[in-house]
Amino acid sequence: MSLLALLGVLSSMIYSGTSLLYATIGEVVGQRAGIVNLGVEGVLLISAATGYGVTVTTGNPFIGVLAAILAGGLINLLFGFLVISRKANQLASGLAVMFFGVGLSALIGKPFVGQKINSLPRYMLPGLDDLPLRISSLFRFDLLIYLVIPITILVWWLLFRTKWGLGLRAVGENAETAFASGRNPNLVKFQALFVGGLLTGLGAAHLTLAFTMNWAEYMTGGRGFIAIALVIFAKWHPIRAIVGVLLFSGAVAFQLLLQVSGVRISPFILDMVPFILTLVVLVIWGGSSKHAAPATLGRVYQGTE
Amino acid sequence: MTQRADLLPKQSLTQNKFVQIIVRYGLMVILAFLLFAIILLITGNDPIISYRDLFKATFGSAYGFSEVITGMIPILLTALAVGLPARIGLINVGGEGQLYMGGICATFAALAFQDLPAILLLPLMIILGILGGAFWAFIAAYLRTRGLANETITTLLLNMIAPKIAGLLVFGFWHSPLETNMTPNFVSAARLPTLFNSRVHLGLLFGLVLLAVFWFVMKRTRWGLEMRTIGGNAQAARRNGIPISKYMIIVFCISGGIAGLAGMAQVSGYYGLLIPNFSPGWGYMGFLISWMSFGDPIGILIMSFVVSIILTGGNMLQITIGLPYAVINLLLAFTLFVVLAKPVLPKLRKGKSS
Amino acid sequence: MSELTEPNVDQSPLLRMEGVCKRFSDVIANENIDFEIYKSEIHALLGENGAGKSTLMKILYGYYKSDKGKIFLEGKETKIRSPHDAMQLNIGMVFQVLNLIPAITVLENIALFLKELPFVYSHAQLRKQILDLSKQYSLEVNPDNLVSHLSIGEQQKVEILKLLLSEAKVLILDEPTRVLAPHEVEGLFDVLNKLKKDGYAIVLITHKLNEVLESADRITVLRGGKVAGSILHKEASETRLIQMMFDKQLTTRIVRQDTPRSEKPVLELISFSTQADGASISLKNLELKIFPGEIVGVAGVSGNGQKELCDAILGMEKIVSGKKLLDGKNFTHASTGLMRKFGMGFIPENPLTMATVPFMSVLENMAITRSEYYSKSGGFGMDWKLVREDTKKSLEKFGFTFSYYIPAKSLSGGNLQRLIIARELMKDPKLIIASYLTRGLDVQSTLVARQELMQARNSGTGVLLISEDLDELFSLSDRLIVLYEGKIVGEFIPTETDIYHIGHLMTGSKETYDSKS
Repeated sequence: MSLLALLGVLSSMIYSGTSLLYATIGEVVGQRAGIVNLGVEGVLLISAATGYGVTVTTGNPFIGVLAAILAGGLINLLFGFLVISRKANQLASGLAVMFFGVGLSALIGKPFVGQKINSLPRYMLPGLDDLPLRISSLFRFDLLIYLVIPITILVWWLLFRTKWGLGLRAVGENAETAFASGRNPNLVKFQALFVGGLLTGLGAAHLTLAFTMNWAEYMTGGRGFIAIALVIFAKWHPIRAIVGVLLFSGAVAFQLLLQVSGVRISPFILDMVPFILTLVVLVIWGGSSKHAAPATLGRVYQGTE
Repeated sequence: MTQRADLLPKQSLTQNKFVQIIVRYGLMVILAFLLFAIILLITGNDPIISYRDLFKATFGSAYGFSEVITGMIPILLTALAVGLPARIGLINVGGEGQLYMGGICATFAALAFQDLPAILLLPLMIILGILGGAFWAFIAAYLRTRGLANETITTLLLNMIAPKIAGLLVFGFWHSPLETNMTPNFVSAARLPTLFNSRVHLGLLFGLVLLAVFWFVMKRTRWGLEMRTIGGNAQAARRNGIPISKYMIIVFCISGGIAGLAGMAQVSGYYGLLIPNFSPGWGYMGFLISWMSFGDPIGILIMSFVVSIILTGGNMLQITIGLPYAVINLLLAFTLFVVLAKPVLPKLRKGKSS
Repeated sequence: MSELTEPNVDQSPLLRMEGVCKRFSDVIANENIDFEIYKSEIHALLGENGAGKSTLMKILYGYYKSDKGKIFLEGKETKIRSPHDAMQLNIGMVFQVLNLIPAITVLENIALFLKELPFVYSHAQLRKQILDLSKQYSLEVNPDNLVSHLSIGEQQKVEILKLLLSEAKVLILDEPTRVLAPHEVEGLFDVLNKLKKDGYAIVLITHKLNEVLESADRITVLRGGKVAGSILHKEASETRLIQMMFDKQLTTRIVRQDTPRSEKPVLELISFSTQADGASISLKNLELKIFPGEIVGVAGVSGNGQKELCDAILGMEKIVSGKKLLDGKNFTHASTGLMRKFGMGFIPENPLTMATVPFMSVLENMAITRSEYYSKSGGFGMDWKLVREDTKKSLEKFGFTFSYYIPAKSLSGGNLQRLIIARELMKDPKLIIASYLTRGLDVQSTLVARQELMQARNSGTGVLLISEDLDELFSLSDRLIVLYEGKIVGEFIPTETDIYHIGHLMTGSKETYDSKS
């Protein structure tokens, strides 16, 4: 097992994990406000199709990124309309958004199947110019990859160091108390969903415009659901989500590594391990209040009247 | 403020309810079809022609209709698997995983006992299928009653694990000599018989029988009364001496068993073998159907029929209107959106409170 | 602990409420109340449950709107329309149910309620502010602790810090010592005295006389929604306060048939204790016997363990030590189902939320208590005919009729309670626990309910009657006990005592009593 292979795996992990991390922290923001969106998959799909289509049409991937971000925010607002304004069941609404996403993205994306795009430009990681091209070429990353950790830290900062984030977490724990402190819980939830949607859209943008660089139906392949599992694994904390993403995308990359070195473990076992670990984490810390889910996760705020 | 004793028999109320049901579901579906018609118009298709083709494909031929019924079988069962625990306030999103486990266990029997006659093998497969699903549900139920984890989260995770177990078993141990991604065809003794010349298999009978049993239990039996009490006011149930924890585990496991039965039925009756990702989301569709029908048995029957029409007819649409099959999900989604958004429809004010 | 000051008589009040009236549907909560709050003073608002104390202060805090009345701040009339207005006027209130979020830290809980907090706030700066203030007033808390890890006493400190940091000058505390341990009570009053010296005005809503007598500068007693009197500390004594709180003439006496008392109690509690978490009360070493054919009344201000007693007897709360015997048999850890089968009935104070399923029909609600008894063929069917017959008999016995098929939620409160009474008294139960039997009922329903309870007693049922209505307790009970802070502090026969004596015990008088005599 050569160093080159190892570095190759690392590079592939970073590429495949970036969109997952964006989607995960997007869902963290929403869940911290008490709303679980099972339809992340659908949001990812619609954002991806939109971003890809706009990129093909305009020829500019950066505009495509913006389009994807906006699409994510808007779809989450639609979801918000159902679960906040209409007080609909969150699980059912999320699944509805998922089906909606599969259908709508197929519709939007159809004209663009098979078309090529100018993908997001890639920049070399600074300081690697002296290395041989074989190695350094593995570490040419696009803008969104460079931004993912800073943005994750930004989200952490927003949630834990600002008045807005404090209010958001309060709404997710006890909407009545948040109301008593002078806030409007429903408004805060909409804001949380919008921000979360923007982040998810960012993840979708990276997926189509930098990683796969194409569009195909249902190309997200379950990433949305993995993001939901990751939120739980990360115990609703953006920084811990990074570890979780490494674990999940690492599992995939690890398979390649094992194949290359001739070890034969079924890829299915490796795929399962992160989920089983998440279950274990959930059970071990389930009773402890420090690691519990936001108290009102999934419940509908009825108002005090 | 005394009120007079009123011994009206309950029949007249039920008749009223029937009309309400038809009107409610009818309006839902029509609204959804209208929304989808807009999509069709946008993409340059004539909605009337498209819908006509859809109905011709599903109702116009015996084959088409039988396909609708075939498609209805798994989602009817998974919807039941969600509707039952909903009555006591439990949410089972884990139908997908339980369905897989049922299919896996049934496959095990089919492959291990190939020499048994159908009269023995099929019941064995049924039992194993139910047990597989029940076991998968038990994990979540146990964790919930011990206060360790919310059953919604655990069942979601278990949903994601189960297909991988299927993949592991198929690729690793059970695959046929020729193809690595599927098991060999089941022997005929392991296959549920089909009706006439169609693909409608015995699973339909399971579904209809269980539906009737569900209706009967909830309406007529003591357990149904106690379950409705738990679902209606858990605190009152506890004060009246009804053992809530016991019900929670038992009902959740039965629910998993029903989903497992669905898995067995599809693996044995529909596919005749096991492939790793054999469910296109039947578990989730069952959740939505049950939810749309508020767990009501008749509603479940109607809505699983309607959803099957949409999904089966969608195949036709792909050919005639040149849109990818996936677009039919939009019609499904619109039906859901209409229910979720609860538009205020005039006549339905006096309906059963949800 | 007392550091009482002579009130400055020519000082004018900081806040004055004048002629405040508030009515909730057919209950008059406040009638023409005048109330004055002075700086550097602890003003106790004393009264039984339902006297109107909480309502009055919630009006001051903007939580409720008064029907009539004026509020003056430093002599100028002002309007308080919402808690936001109250907070602007530097009025703060700590409710009985604390407004804290367990999953976040003390510091964040305080920050949540600070109106002037900047978008990006400095944790370090806020932490320093909290520590300085807590040192100044002995409100020791660690700002970085999660609220869920704090005891109730510590959580209360956080609430007070929250008010202080939001610049409140008037602090209203609603029954703050209800869930505190004795040393925590001392600590709280130390804090209040310090605050008082620094000019804060404190309103203490309470029903506990000993605290009032030790630390209140001024005392206003409410009774039945009206002011019964407002006196200074030097004019106050236990007797005088109790007279003001409980001035009642006993009215209707229900005829009691004296049944011979059998030797074996139907319910016996021995060293009965529960462990409370959070805001509930622990029961401490209760000794209680209820014999067939008698009504044992439980007097006490609500919140002193009544709910816990009911739940523990019913089998819904975990018993930490001691025994519960039914007819001499050990039922200590028995499930509610077993207790019911034994023949125990329960009439709760809120039938809609606690004992019925609102959308199910009257008939179905009658059946759920005895579902096994009414089942046919091992559970596969229900003998609705029998349910109807039993229901008919039971309702007739109590003299009213209901439509069987209407949903329970469409019955009025009074009718629903009657229905529950009819249900629980069906089949001549051996033991009935009645919790606040007539709360919220109209006059006629109240009379009927009491008569029905008497009927049950006369036919041999043992009854535990928990009530806030001393009238009711004195007229119905064969024996009377008083519950205070989770303990039984007195046991009497009604004819051997009077309302003032009971009132003393209900409000925590230091008189010791041997409950076994």
